[in-house]
Amino acid sequence: MKKYSVFAIAREAMRGHKGWEEQWSSPEPKKEYDVIIVGAGGHGLATAYYLATVHGITNVAVLEKGWLGGGNTGRNTTIIRSNYLYDESAGIYDHALKLWDGLSQELNYNVMYSARGVMMLAHNVHDIQVLKRHVHANRLNGIDNEWLSPEQAKEFCPPLNISKEARYPVVGAALQRRGGTARHDAVAWGYARGASARGVHIIQNCEVTGVKRAPNGAVMGVDTTRGFIGAKKVGVVAAGHSSVIMNMAGVRMPLESYPLQALVSEPVKPVVPCVVMSNTVHAYISQSDKGELVIGAGTDQYVSYSQTGGLHILQHTLDAICEMFPIFTRMKMLRSWGGIVDVTPDRSPILAKTPVPGLYVNCGWGTGGFKATPGSGHVFAHTIARDDPHPINAPFTIERFRTGRLIDEAAAAAVAH
Amino acid sequence: MLLIRCPYCEEERPELEFRNAGEAHIARSANIAGESDDDFEKFFFIRSNPKGIIYERWRHMHGCARFFNAVRDTVTDKFVMTYKAGEPKPSKLPGAAK
Repeated sequence: MKKYSVFAIAREAMRGHKGWEEQWSSPEPKKEYDVIIVGAGGHGLATAYYLATVHGITNVAVLEKGWLGGGNTGRNTTIIRSNYLYDESAGIYDHALKLWDGLSQELNYNVMYSARGVMMLAHNVHDIQVLKRHVHANRLNGIDNEWLSPEQAKEFCPPLNISKEARYPVVGAALQRRGGTARHDAVAWGYARGASARGVHIIQNCEVTGVKRAPNGAVMGVDTTRGFIGAKKVGVVAAGHSSVIMNMAGVRMPLESYPLQALVSEPVKPVVPCVVMSNTVHAYISQSDKGELVIGAGTDQYVSYSQTGGLHILQHTLDAICEMFPIFTRMKMLRSWGGIVDVTPDRSPILAKTPVPGLYVNCGWGTGGFKATPGSGHVFAHTIARDDPHPINAPFTIERFRTGRLIDEAAAAAVAH
Repeated sequence: MLLIRCPYCEEERPELEFRNAGEAHIARSANIAGESDDDFEKFFFIRSNPKGIIYERWRHMHGCARFFNAVRDTVTDKFVMTYKAGEPKPSKLPGAAK
């Protein structure tokens, strides 16, 4: 891997940019690997990267049915924050946030992490109570979060409407300054480049069609559209399709997959300097570096794998955006899309060993997995390499749905589900 | 937006009138306190989440307000059929290969 630097740009400028190499190679699959990761999204590629860099396991294949980063990694609204209520969630999301800081340097790839602040609006007494509870709980966990008056919120985000005449007036806000956004594609590409340079095979257009198990129940490998590939350890990181893959191994999951939609506007000059979210009116918004307003909507109400959703969901979100930012009422929306998110009953992820020896699963991130990408990959690599969870992901088992030891962010999450 | 046929109203109505109520044909035990942890987990948390044909409950919230069941393809979101609550799970689907 040739290092990217200002000198590399100068050198390539001198010779007509003929010396840039491919960011990752596309080798033919081998017959057997030490570890197979199913799914080349951000979480899967990060897992492979940390398997190679932290644990020295480089005989790894990442199998992807489509193209790298083409699922939810390329479909999310790129928001990063760690202001979750419970200790377990705070642990894993803030682990990720700490890795975001410095990730561009570590990967030698600009992931454009921008700690521009995530501001969550309160519109009523209940919101104030809930958000203040989050502020206090976060600070006890060493996570920055502060309470703002409506005037302070407007100072932080000038286009925000704090008029008392609004249908749902802003009565306060919680601000996590370390929160922000990153360039989602670059995250997948950066991890892919780093993993590939260390010998990891990234195999695109290779759909897993079955999981092979030995007579003693342990994993032997996977059947794919490019033939059988053996491995004693298989990590499933397949987002909305996680339950489909797990079913191939005979494991039924506490998951349901729903469409989640987002949309972007025409590009305009910088106007939204931070991320603004509102649980009550149900919308969130930020502005990309290209200038598009990036707007996230809610999930549809039914199980689906269609990667589309109902238009009324988007309308509902845009109603809320126009309420919060009346200056956007005449903005044109450029495009909308959907991704399939796998949701657990308690809205917390599962990163764990499974009842099948050698099979590991990293799923259930629901509507908010992007922010966790580095932390998720880091602790999942540990889980696979040591056959034992990292202390940070130890609570995120499958068994919690049997024991009742839930991590119930469903009622407590700082974001609408 | 989906168009959903309510088997009670016998009319196709927009999705906005309906609430999805999750997977169908999951029977609650008559002796729920006597369930083992494993069985309770299966009943309460584990879902089939199929990529393909799903059997699910809907409620005609802003219509007759009654629950009914539907068969839908989760890849195309097209409904195969709807039927009244209490009717058995259809063994053969209309249009399905024999």
